[in-house]
Amino acid sequence: MTQTLTIGKALNLGLRRAMEDDAKVVLMGEDIGRLGGVFRITDGLQKDFGEDRVVDTPLAEAGILGTAVGLAMRGYRPVCEIQFDGFVFPAANQIITQVAKIHARSRGKLAMPVVIRIPFGGGIGAVEHHSESPEAYFGHTPGLKVVAVSNPVDAYWGIQQAIAHPDPVVFLEPKRRYWEKAPVDTDATPDPLFAARVLRGGDDVTVLAYGPMVKTALQAAEAAADEGRSLEVVDLRTLSPLDLEPVFESVRRTGRCVVVHEAPVSLGLGAEIAARVTETCFHSLEAPVLRVGGYDTPYPPSKLEEEYLPDLDRVLDAVDRSLEF
Amino acid sequence: MTALRQTTEAFDPVPGAAAPHLPQQPDLVQLLTPEGERVERPDYSVDLSAEELRDLYRDLVLVRRWDVEATALQRQGELGIWASLLGQEAAQVGAGRAMQPGDTAFPTYREHGVAWTRGVDPLHVISLFRGVDNGGWDPVATGFNLYTVVIGAQCLHATGYAMGVQRDGAEHAVLAFLGDGATSQGEVNEALIWAASFSAPVVFFCQNNQYAISVPLERQSRVPLYQRAAGFGFPGVRVDGNDVLAVLAVTRAALAAAREGQGPTFIEAFTYRMGAHTTSDDPTRYRLASELEEWKLRDPVARLKAHLSRAGLADAAFFSAVEAEADELAARIRTGTTEMPDPPGTAMFDAVYAEITPPLAQQREEFLAYQASFEEGER
Ligand SMILES: Cc1ncc(C[n+]2csc(CCOP(=O)(O)OP(=O)(O)O)c2C)c(N)n1
Ligand SMILES: [Mg+2]
Repeated sequence: MTQTLTIGKALNLGLRRAMEDDAKVVLMGEDIGRLGGVFRITDGLQKDFGEDRVVDTPLAEAGILGTAVGLAMRGYRPVCEIQFDGFVFPAANQIITQVAKIHARSRGKLAMPVVIRIPFGGGIGAVEHHSESPEAYFGHTPGLKVVAVSNPVDAYWGIQQAIAHPDPVVFLEPKRRYWEKAPVDTDATPDPLFAARVLRGGDDVTVLAYGPMVKTALQAAEAAADEGRSLEVVDLRTLSPLDLEPVFESVRRTGRCVVVHEAPVSLGLGAEIAARVTETCFHSLEAPVLRVGGYDTPYPPSKLEEEYLPDLDRVLDAVDRSLEF
Repeated sequence: MTALRQTTEAFDPVPGAAAPHLPQQPDLVQLLTPEGERVERPDYSVDLSAEELRDLYRDLVLVRRWDVEATALQRQGELGIWASLLGQEAAQVGAGRAMQPGDTAFPTYREHGVAWTRGVDPLHVISLFRGVDNGGWDPVATGFNLYTVVIGAQCLHATGYAMGVQRDGAEHAVLAFLGDGATSQGEVNEALIWAASFSAPVVFFCQNNQYAISVPLERQSRVPLYQRAAGFGFPGVRVDGNDVLAVLAVTRAALAAAREGQGPTFIEAFTYRMGAHTTSDDPTRYRLASELEEWKLRDPVARLKAHLSRAGLADAAFFSAVEAEADELAARIRTGTTEMPDPPGTAMFDAVYAEITPPLAQQREEFLAYQASFEEGER
C-alpha cells in the first residue's frame, strides 16, 4: 500500500509496525506516552500498546539510557527518545562508556540492540540546546552505529531496521523536516539501512549530505541546473559506518566533491569524508574536497540561525569554488 | 503480561488535583488561606508593614502582566517561544524578595518573577525568547544568573558558587531554582549530596508545579519532594507556593540559616503551572480542565488582594494605580519587543573565547566577506 506520509508520521507508523512485529520492543522517553512526544512521533502508541510498552520516564536521560542497557541485557529492545539533541549529553556517559562498549567488553556475549532516537539540527527558531548536530561525537565512538534519515521512506523503514539491528543505533531525525511529505510504499522491499544512496545523477560536482541538509543539497542541484551545472547528490544515510563506495564512484567521474552538514566544520563528518575521498580518489580529483557547515561557534540564538546554517547559496558558493580550481 | 505498577499508594495524597475542600496538609506552611485570611505560625512569623504587603502585591500583578503580554507577543509571532509562569508568581516573588543584595540566584528558564525582584529588565529576558541572545542581563551585577535550559545543571553551579562564598567567608547565600521534574536528574541529586557534604550555603527552591511538561509528579517521586531532603541530611520544608507571605518567610529563614553556616535547605513550593508548559505545548492532551479550575480558587494574586482588602490595607485607588502601572509596563514591553533590533551576524563569533582564536577570526572574516558579496550584488 502506498500512502503519502510526513517524516513524523512515517516514523510513527514504523514504530508501530516494529512494536507489532516484536513484543520485546519497548519505547522509553520523556513525554512520549500521554502526550505522544513533543513532536508527536509516538502519538497514539501508548493508547494502543499500553503503558508498559510506551513508557513515560522520569526526567533523567542517564536513567533512560542506563536502564535501557539493563533491559537490553534482559532481552528487550529499548527504543529511547531523547527529546532534543542538546539533552542527550546527560546520557553521554551511558552511551559512550556502556552502550557502545558492552558488546566488545563481553566478547560478543551480550548484545546491545538499543535505538537512540534524536531529533537533531536547527532551523526551528528554538532556544539554546534545541538545534544541535551531535553526530560527530557518536560517530567518533566505536561500537555505535549512526544513521540520519532525510525522507519519509527512510524514516518508515529505517526505524524498523534500526530496531531489528543487533547493535546500538543512534537514529538521527531531521526535526525541521518532520513535516515534509512523500509517498511511502509500506509493502516495498526497503534499501539496506547502512548504505548511501545517489539521489540525483550529475557530472560536474558530487554533493554529499545527510539528514536535513539533503533537501538543501537537492535544491542547490536544481538551482545549479538552471545555470547549466550538473550536480550529483548523494544522501549518505549512514554516518557510522560510512558507505563511501557510491561516493568514490561518483567522485571518480566528477572529480569534485562538496560535503554539507549543519554541524561545525572543524573535526566534523566532512573532515573524515574529505580524508577518505582524498585517499581513495586522489588521482581523479580536480579540486580539494570542500566542506560547507556550521561555523565553529555554539549554535547561535535563533535570529542568527539563517546566517549560521548552510543554505542553498552556501552550497552553490562551494560548488563555484570547487569548479574554479 | 501483567500490567506494571505505574504509581504507588505510598504517594502523597495531595498532588495537583488536590481539591480546596480537602483537609489542610499538616506539613504545608501557609500564612494566608486561599480566601486571604492570615494564619499565624510561630516558626515562620513575618511582620510586614502595610506598605511592604502592598509592594508584594504590586510585584505579583506586574509580573503576571509581563507574562501575559509575553504570551500574547509570542502568539503574534514576536517571540519564538515563551515559558509562562502563570500561577507561580507568589512562589517566585516570595523567593526573590527573600534574598538580600549579596545573595545569588541560579534560575531555570521560568523564573521571570525572580528576575523581576532582582531588577532585571523584562526586555532582557524577552530577548532570549525572541532569539536575539541567551539573556541580555548582567548575571554578576544582578546576582541573577543566566537562564539554564538543560534541566538541573544549575543546581551544581549554585552549589559550587556557594562553596566559593563559604571559602571567602562571605555572609551571603545562594538560591538554586529547580522544577519537580528536575529532581529526577542525576546532577540534581549530586548537587544535594555536595551541598550536604560541604554544608554549602545554598537553598534549593523547588517549584513543584505538578508537571514536567506532560508528566505528573507521581512519575518522579513516590514521596513528597521535601521529604527527600532528609535522606541527604538537611532540612526539607513544604510551603504553599501560592502564598507569597509563606514563601517569603520560609525562604528568608532558609537563606538566613545558610548565611549563618547551618548549610542547605530544600524548599518545596507546592504550586501549579496554570498555563501550558510553553507556548509550544498543548496541556489539553494530558490534563483535565477541572484541575485548573480547582487551582484557580487558590490563585496567588487574588489571595493577596483578598487579604489586603479584608484587612483594610489597600483601597480601590491603590488597586487601580497598580493596574495602570501594569498597563504601562505591558506597553513598554510590547514596544520594546517589536522595536528590538536583530543582533549583527558577527555576534555569534564574538564571545566564544576570551580572545578570538586565529581560525575563528578567519571564519569571521570569511563570513563577513560572504555577507558583503550579497550586498555588492555579486550574487
Ligand atoms: C536535560 C534536559 N532534558 C529534557 C529537557 C526538555 N524539557 C524542558 S522543560 C522539561 C520539563 C521540566 O519540568 P520541571 O523540572 O518540573 O520544570 P517546569 O518546566 O515544570 O517548570 C523538559 C523535559 C531539558 N530542557 N533538559
Ligand atoms: Mg514542573
